[in-house]
Amino acid sequence: MRLVFDIAVTHIRSRLRQTLVGLMGVAMGVGFSVMMAALMEGSQRDFVSQLVDALPHITMSDERRDPPRQAAEDHYQVVAYSGLSTMATRPGIKNPYAIIASLDSWLDGAVAPSVQARAVIRYASRDTAANVTGIDPRREVSVSKLPQQLRGGTVGDLYRSSNAIILGDRLAQKIGARVGNTIAVVSGTGRVVSCTVVALVHSGVSQADETQAFTLIKTAQILAGQTGIVNAMRIRVTDVMQAMSVAERIEAQTGYKSVSWQEANEDLLSALQVRNFIMYTVVGAILLVASFGTYNIISTITHEKTRDIAILKSLGFTERTVRSIFLLEALMIGVAGTLAGWALGYALCGMLETIEFKSPFVDTTHLPLYYTPTHYLLAGLIALLASGIAGYLPARKAASVQPVEIIRGAS
Amino acid sequence: MTIQLPVTTPLIELRHVTKTIGDGVETTLVRDISLAIEPGEFVAITGPSGSGKSSLLYLLGLLDAPTSGEVFMQGRPVPVDDEAQRARLRLKHLGFVFQFHFLLTEFTSLMNVMLPMRALGKISEAQMKDRALALLASLGLEAHAHKLPGQLSGGQRQRVAIARALANEPHVILADEPTGNLDSQSSEQVLGVLRRLVDETKRSIVMVTHDLGLAARADRQLRIVDGRISNDIT
Ligand SMILES: Nc1ncnc2c1ncn2[C@@H]1O[C@H](COP(=O)(O)OP(=O)(O)O)[C@@H](O)[C@H]1O
Ligand SMILES: [Mg+2]
Repeated sequence: MRLVFDIAVTHIRSRLRQTLVGLMGVAMGVGFSVMMAALMEGSQRDFVSQLVDALPHITMSDERRDPPRQAAEDHYQVVAYSGLSTMATRPGIKNPYAIIASLDSWLDGAVAPSVQARAVIRYASRDTAANVTGIDPRREVSVSKLPQQLRGGTVGDLYRSSNAIILGDRLAQKIGARVGNTIAVVSGTGRVVSCTVVALVHSGVSQADETQAFTLIKTAQILAGQTGIVNAMRIRVTDVMQAMSVAERIEAQTGYKSVSWQEANEDLLSALQVRNFIMYTVVGAILLVASFGTYNIISTITHEKTRDIAILKSLGFTERTVRSIFLLEALMIGVAGTLAGWALGYALCGMLETIEFKSPFVDTTHLPLYYTPTHYLLAGLIALLASGIAGYLPARKAASVQPVEIIRGAS
Repeated sequence: MTIQLPVTTPLIELRHVTKTIGDGVETTLVRDISLAIEPGEFVAITGPSGSGKSSLLYLLGLLDAPTSGEVFMQGRPVPVDDEAQRARLRLKHLGFVFQFHFLLTEFTSLMNVMLPMRALGKISEAQMKDRALALLASLGLEAHAHKLPGQLSGGQRQRVAIARALANEPHVILADEPTGNLDSQSSEQVLGVLRRLVDETKRSIVMVTHDLGLAARADRQLRIVDGRISNDIT
């Protein structure tokens, strides 16, 4: 109703400064909430995507969740084992290329085989330990970020010489090797393979850059001392959220332990949930505190306008109409505050985005902020709800004023 | 000359109405009063201070609900305990003028007069404005339509209050010492306005006053003593 609006406006105008303070309270509440949400969700998404990007979505290894039967079990009732010697070599995935072909047929994603070998890399009488991963460059492209992280070469360069190697840039620096140099790679069993450095990899994570090296599968197999072995499959799926169910299916099909990124990071993901809970609590508290200002103003106005309320009621305004006047005032503060808060929140996010974080161990980063209308709508909705309640309480009290009592007192 | 008295229903009628207040120590403001206000009647209520005149007026004007007894409007019982219903009836059929002007100080005279019209919402905004201006003009306030109450004299404010009371063309105007705060000249002017309303528009007026001279100009005088009607002179 226009009338309710007109009266509400005169009330707000009579308390303009206080109203502005209340409005700013709501605006700051909404602004900081929006900023917090953008920061929290942004960092969470950034974290998860780093998790998801850094590692394959699913890793199938040559282990099994349940121990395989020992041959003796097929013949005797076994109570305890003794005297069985530990296998000197890794079991490896049997028939890797059949498994790849089968996965390729149904999987919405990509599969790449790999071979792990530990080695010592030696160059100009300096040596350092390294994890050598044998890869299939053509398949690697679709499961990892390796191609984008290369400096001074491509994954295809691994084919260029018979034993080509890609070194982590910090590893290369440590031993003083450059692209084009030939280095010696010494396996655990003492086998020495000379490799030509064809590119350097920079993942941004120093620990990895200091120890990683990549070769063709064939080379790694030589280092591992097992020809034809593949001891891991790395799988990337189109829908990362489906990784868990896909991993279960792969494991059921092949019997090999297949770990999704969610399983691998279970503890981290549950920590994120706790973090989200804390965020929503804090955001809720901010908005609640912000609405105290509104409550304060509406209370003040209703006290000041008791006489007006009595007049309006004596004329025949119903309690509902009187209530709606003050409720409207609170909502006007809420709406204006929300709009200002949105602008503030957006500006704060923009400011945060310009901050640079420099660290000697990882690349310069910016705060990861996530923009979504949902944050704005949610903060606005909570702010309006809080304003509504902040207005309703004094409004209800004001509306119950008995005109007779006020009129009798005044005349 | 004989006057043919039409058989009419009273505009407002109280039957055995009593009003007491207070929980522990009860005070009786109005005791078992039965009273009918007929159309076109100018009733003055007089009596000593604290005798219950205002309380009676609030009951007649549906501002307050009686403790016991019944209230009728044009023959129909009023559900006195239903506040929203009473508010609606006040808005449509009753107008009030108090000793204190009780205008909204942040609204101009025109806006104050339009207030009840807008609350009722029966006619267009333009019609409301025309009618409010006409009302103000009929009370000699055409020059003051766009002034705030603070810029008017006491008599002028009281006339704005009368214009507002008339906004929805009520059957009855209830006035509680409307000249209580005015000098004699302004009082005279206000009373003239009220008298003319009864004579020209056949509205009823119930006016509380302790000025016996003013009361004498009414059609009927009720004297209230200790919450009871002690005298009813027509
Ligand atoms: N809320 C109240 N508490 C106590 N006494 C009251 C209250 N309201 C009215 N009274 C008393 O009731 C009596 C009648 O009041 P009122 O109707 O205003 O009288 P009048 O208008 O004739 O002066 C007075 O004695 C007054 O003091
Ligand atoms: Mg009185």
